[in-house]
Amino acid sequence: MAARRSRIPATKYPVERFTLDNGLRVVLTPDRSAPVIGVAVVYDVGIRSEPEGRTGFAHLFEHLMFQGSENLEKLAHFRHVQGAGGTFNGSTHLDYTDYFETLPSNALERALFLEADRMRGPRLTEENLRNQVDVVKEEIRVNVLSRPYGGFPWLTLPPVMFDTFPNAHDGYGSFDDLESATVADAADFFRRYYASGNAVLAVSGDIDVAEATELVTRHFGDVPSRPAPRRPDFTEPDLTAERRSSYTDALAPLPAVAGAWRVPDPVGDFAGYLPYVVLAEVLTDGDASRLVERLVQRDRTVTSLGGYLGFMGDPFDVRDPTALLLQAHLPPGGDVEKVLRTVDEELDRLATDGLTDGELARTQARMATHLLRDTDAVLGRALRMAVLEQQRGEPGLLNDLPRLVGDVTEEQVRAAAATLRPERRAAVEVIPGGAR
Amino acid sequence: MTTTATPGPRTLPALGPTRKLKVPKQAERTLRNGLTVIAVRRPAVPLVELRLWVPFGRAHLARGAMLSQTMLSGTDSMTSVQLAAELQKVGGGLSAGVDPDRLMLSGAGLVTGLDRMLELLAEVLTGASYPGDEVAAERDRLIDRIQVAQSQPAHLAREALLKRIYGRHPYATQTPEPAQIRAVRPAALRSLHAERVHPAGAQLVVVGDVQPEKALDAAERALGGWAGAGRTATLPATPPLEPGPLLLVDRPGSVQSSLRVALPAVPRTDPDHAPLQLANLIFGGYFSSRWVENIREDKGYTYGPHSVIEHSVAGSVLVAGAEVATEVTGPALLETTYELGRLASLPPKPEELEQARQYALGTLQLGMSTQAGLAALTSAYAGNGLRLEFLAEYAARLAKATVDDVARAAAHYLAPARAAVVVLGDAERITPGLAALTPVHTEPVQP
Repeated sequence: MAARRSRIPATKYPVERFTLDNGLRVVLTPDRSAPVIGVAVVYDVGIRSEPEGRTGFAHLFEHLMFQGSENLEKLAHFRHVQGAGGTFNGSTHLDYTDYFETLPSNALERALFLEADRMRGPRLTEENLRNQVDVVKEEIRVNVLSRPYGGFPWLTLPPVMFDTFPNAHDGYGSFDDLESATVADAADFFRRYYASGNAVLAVSGDIDVAEATELVTRHFGDVPSRPAPRRPDFTEPDLTAERRSSYTDALAPLPAVAGAWRVPDPVGDFAGYLPYVVLAEVLTDGDASRLVERLVQRDRTVTSLGGYLGFMGDPFDVRDPTALLLQAHLPPGGDVEKVLRTVDEELDRLATDGLTDGELARTQARMATHLLRDTDAVLGRALRMAVLEQQRGEPGLLNDLPRLVGDVTEEQVRAAAATLRPERRAAVEVIPGGAR
Repeated sequence: MTTTATPGPRTLPALGPTRKLKVPKQAERTLRNGLTVIAVRRPAVPLVELRLWVPFGRAHLARGAMLSQTMLSGTDSMTSVQLAAELQKVGGGLSAGVDPDRLMLSGAGLVTGLDRMLELLAEVLTGASYPGDEVAAERDRLIDRIQVAQSQPAHLAREALLKRIYGRHPYATQTPEPAQIRAVRPAALRSLHAERVHPAGAQLVVVGDVQPEKALDAAERALGGWAGAGRTATLPATPPLEPGPLLLVDRPGSVQSSLRVALPAVPRTDPDHAPLQLANLIFGGYFSSRWVENIREDKGYTYGPHSVIEHSVAGSVLVAGAEVATEVTGPALLETTYELGRLASLPPKPEELEQARQYALGTLQLGMSTQAGLAALTSAYAGNGLRLEFLAEYAARLAKATVDDVARAAAHYLAPARAAVVVLGDAERITPGLAALTPVHTEPVQP
């Protein structure tokens, strides 16, 4: 039976863009289907910009941005967001740091006030710094040190794949570096990177564009103007020989492995990059995907498998250099070599024989579902559009992604698979230290 | 840029007028075979969400876990790969999971694929075949997963807490032992399916870019032929929470301690629920709570303390949990007891109550603002005999709860004297600090 291609649907979120005199870029995307809004402020600084000796600083600073600001005491930000019926958070990525709220739409002005206030100046005090160093250490204990497979592979694979400090270091940071961070470091970091010209504000959901424009201008218009710093070149040459590493995880009961290959520049060569995003799904999305069928179901050499673009699983909000990653958990006594050999074999087969009838179309249909589902939440839309504006000047790309993914051809996916050679691969193996 | 004179302190803008909670358009039909179908319209994206809740109380623990793991492994006419590929064609997927109340089949896909997803759901419900080979493979995978879970402090603390609060009730053990999983054969899965996976009492929720009546028709066409009346089982009510010595589960070498405090709670429909929910928020149920501000933002003992009221079919419980640095385990318990006791014995400030109330009301709006959120909420309500309309009633109760109501609820439910406390951590290092505060009973991890 010939494969019937599901029509790939699209969204038509309207997008308004403007730039304030102080350099702050603004994206508004109204949608009045529910009385809620998403507000995101994204600063163009992430883990890759941390100075040497200050591992984990971008993330520590993210915590400090919640500790009070020009007109707000410590704890006030949380209370004002939640007291308006909203939720908030922030997160630190390789290339950006975001701050966001989702609220009932009657709290729009309050959210803008809160974000503008900390863009003018967070309260960077010794007491807050020491408190948040303690909190971050507990966060690292919960997520890395006392959890099996903690930090695998996002913290443990980059040092195998990359040589330079920006790309290879631990983004959560060492306790030594965190403890020696000073208020002066924080003030410098704020001055340099948290400039109005280095930020994007996005608001989505139940807003009136004219009213929102007026409120944005009222609250952010007098944030002092500072230009964006020059972003250094983080490029590194591709691998020319396979790199392997392993470490013992004292808590892990079973072996695991992750492998990664460099991919084209996600921003500079988007057309070259997209086939890899699709390839990752062809390989690993569900029981009918290439590697799940082969490794999980047929060979049973792995018990679970995932594949994605970007060390934080962020295909459309990361800059060069980045990678396609595969990660697998193995049964007791599992053979990592054999798993990697089989992956090579399947990639060869895909590159040589191509895809089966309908394989690409069904993968693209499901990718469309995932993309649309992520943007159903107003906050998902605001965050994604803010980063697309920041990295590409193209927030409306969000509407086009399902279609662009659907336009990737079989020939492109085959060609992408053909580049994932063992000699370009970095891999890291987890040796179980907690087997009982 | 225009510069103005240095402004004085800026004041927080007031909130705009509150938008009233609007329950979306929905329809409901109970089919002849006993299946209830609820369809809710939210057309924001061209997708649809499915949730099928099948009552599953008192099902055999290991067989139930294996049934959910292997239900999608093939049918009389399809292999697992064919089934997954057919779902994928319409942008869809299905997954299965169990807990002591229900078997849940969940999925999402392009709305154009709704009919096909329902057909495939029916195929699984009426024709899941539990092929021997796949069952053997999934058995090994599940055992590996349980082994990984048992290396996680949060999982071990949860297991210990459930045993501590539920005693002999079926809720007490929710994760089977590897040896029990190893003993499960395909024949047992087929008979469990025949006995328990039937439409009577089951609820299917469809949410998305659909006309509710049309979605009901589609569900009726696909699932009207799902027949069979099997066994039903009712769970006994959960036992009252027994206070007693702190249970310390020894996990030598832990770099953190997992602190869990269970307190009594009431079902959603109880008149005390809304005031209790507000009291819980004020104590530790959101970031701007006393407990979080104390042990995280003031003292830096922990990253993510949180308390939540958990509703199950047979009973409700309030659970507060935090992972705290080993060296401050005693002090963290002291502050926890202090904050509970303070709220149980002194009324909250009116502004604290208003803040919690706004949060509770606002997050109801947020929870309903996506297809997936609406589907989860509708299904959770339906499984407990409620409908979305209850949201409006609940919102009204939250809106009218007074300081006195909340103080009364706190005094009754949050009193530290009523708590059951479990701590998982390195006993050698944390016993002295804990024993200074309360009697401690120590057990090894996984006795």
